[in-house]
Amino acid sequence: MDVNAIREQFPILHQEVNGHPLVYLDSSATSQKPRPVIEAVDAYYREDNSNVHRGVHTLGSRATEKYEGAREKVRNFIHAKSTAEVIFTRGTTTSINTVAYSYARANLTEGDEIVITPMEHHSNLIPWQQAAKATGATLKYVSLQKDGTVSLDAVRETVTENTKIVAITHVSNVLGTINPVKEIAGIAHQNGAVIVVDGAQGAPHMNVDVQDMDCDFYAFSGHKMGAPTGIGVLYGKQHLLENMEPFEFGGEMIDFVNLYDSTWKELPWKFEGGTPIIAGAVGMGAAIDFLNEIGMDNLTAHEQKLVDYTMEKLHTIDGISIYGPKERAALVTFNLDDVHPHDTATVLDAEGIAIRAGHHCAQPLMKWLDTVATARASFYLYNTEDDADRLVDGLLKTKEYFGDVF
Amino acid sequence: MSFNNLDTLYRQVIMDHYKNPRNKGSVEGDALTVDMNNPTCGDRIQLQLQVEGGVVQDAKFSGEGCSISMSSASMMTQAVKGKKLDDALNMSKAFSDMMLGEDVDTEEMDMGDVEALQGVSQFPARIKCATLAWKAMEKGVQE
Repeated sequence: MDVNAIREQFPILHQEVNGHPLVYLDSSATSQKPRPVIEAVDAYYREDNSNVHRGVHTLGSRATEKYEGAREKVRNFIHAKSTAEVIFTRGTTTSINTVAYSYARANLTEGDEIVITPMEHHSNLIPWQQAAKATGATLKYVSLQKDGTVSLDAVRETVTENTKIVAITHVSNVLGTINPVKEIAGIAHQNGAVIVVDGAQGAPHMNVDVQDMDCDFYAFSGHKMGAPTGIGVLYGKQHLLENMEPFEFGGEMIDFVNLYDSTWKELPWKFEGGTPIIAGAVGMGAAIDFLNEIGMDNLTAHEQKLVDYTMEKLHTIDGISIYGPKERAALVTFNLDDVHPHDTATVLDAEGIAIRAGHHCAQPLMKWLDTVATARASFYLYNTEDDADRLVDGLLKTKEYFGDVF
Repeated sequence: MSFNNLDTLYRQVIMDHYKNPRNKGSVEGDALTVDMNNPTCGDRIQLQLQVEGGVVQDAKFSGEGCSISMSSASMMTQAVKGKKLDDALNMSKAFSDMMLGEDVDTEEMDMGDVEALQGVSQFPARIKCATLAWKAMEKGVQE
């Protein structure tokens, strides 16, 4: 994988920030966009823009073709059986809420259980809190091991015959933990539960095969994988989606509308009320083409090498705490002793280095880590060892700077 | 931006308040208690105000956050102690103006070390850190 050639495809990376070449280490929040995605969205608006599925005129057909073409690319990308199982949404949050409303509220009742973990992003936590409150179901947590991993034994202990939904993240956005979702899916199914996988940090970084994983639902966002913001995907097994009511009602998703009752379109459009995010889907299709050309396995290998290199370097810094397991996805969450992560992030920003500081939308996990906030550097295919070196230099300067003023 | 620019943010006096916060702890006896947090970053503050006869007799804070939010809380409690409620609210308004980059005569208003936070206005991402304690004070006074 030629990282320099890849970097050439990301115009935004070639700029100075605060007098230094930009080092972008916040891809877990959102990734940068490659030229083919920017151009595909631009071309769509210049040449094809029209509403979809209103097919009489030529532009309408072209827009529909592009929109549905993107769906087929997503299907292939996650190895789903059919495009009927690929629903375009606004992002991971909307995808999970769709399941929490259309599936959980219809199927859960008092005495049932929803099982999640303390490492969930708020978007895979609050929808379940609310679904539990609405249905009288109990929300249960699988306890984490000390290193921030999930043991299958703990899952077996927590999931019971009363469990109807297991919801877990594929990859933790804070710890970098890669969860054994396939095995967890097996445990869920043995107990008659469905499994919902939050793939926001998974799909952008590794090959995802929803059939092999045997997950019932898989949710992810385009903007973390090079596509625009505002487009995401909910994958669901067809027989489950067939039996779910739509989440949003309105145009686009109807079959026949009478004064007092209506019927719905078939899958996947039943879940796509309103004019969809057409340009976003087109951009997502272009992002998938771009990633496929590089090869997801090559991308994963590059990120793994980079995160190993970074971890090794970070461990040489005195007074740094690194959170999460040794085996991890391409992100590192840490704190410097006596320096608040916001202050770390501000000093790094002055050096042109963009990292995230805060609670990363995972307040229960912050409590588990016994900290209020952390700093996080996250990598993507365009990052280099040079970026990691700049991070380490920046952190040494941060220590020096705060050491001096104290 | 160089470290010189950082120095406009992290002034010595700010670091001093961060390292040696004034009025940290809780007020003895009856006091107005306000909890406030910055949901985007996790900073949180608990502010206690003891008001008698329209005057802030005592102000204490506790909480967790970055150097800017905690030093600002320290400076704010120092500034409002012994002041009439109206004056405290006026200070808060002046502080907001200062964060918008406006020139504010903090000396005339007897705002103590608060002027040191002037540089925060050049760091838009950090303004909310600085205003957290003042927002808590306003909320307390309005209650």
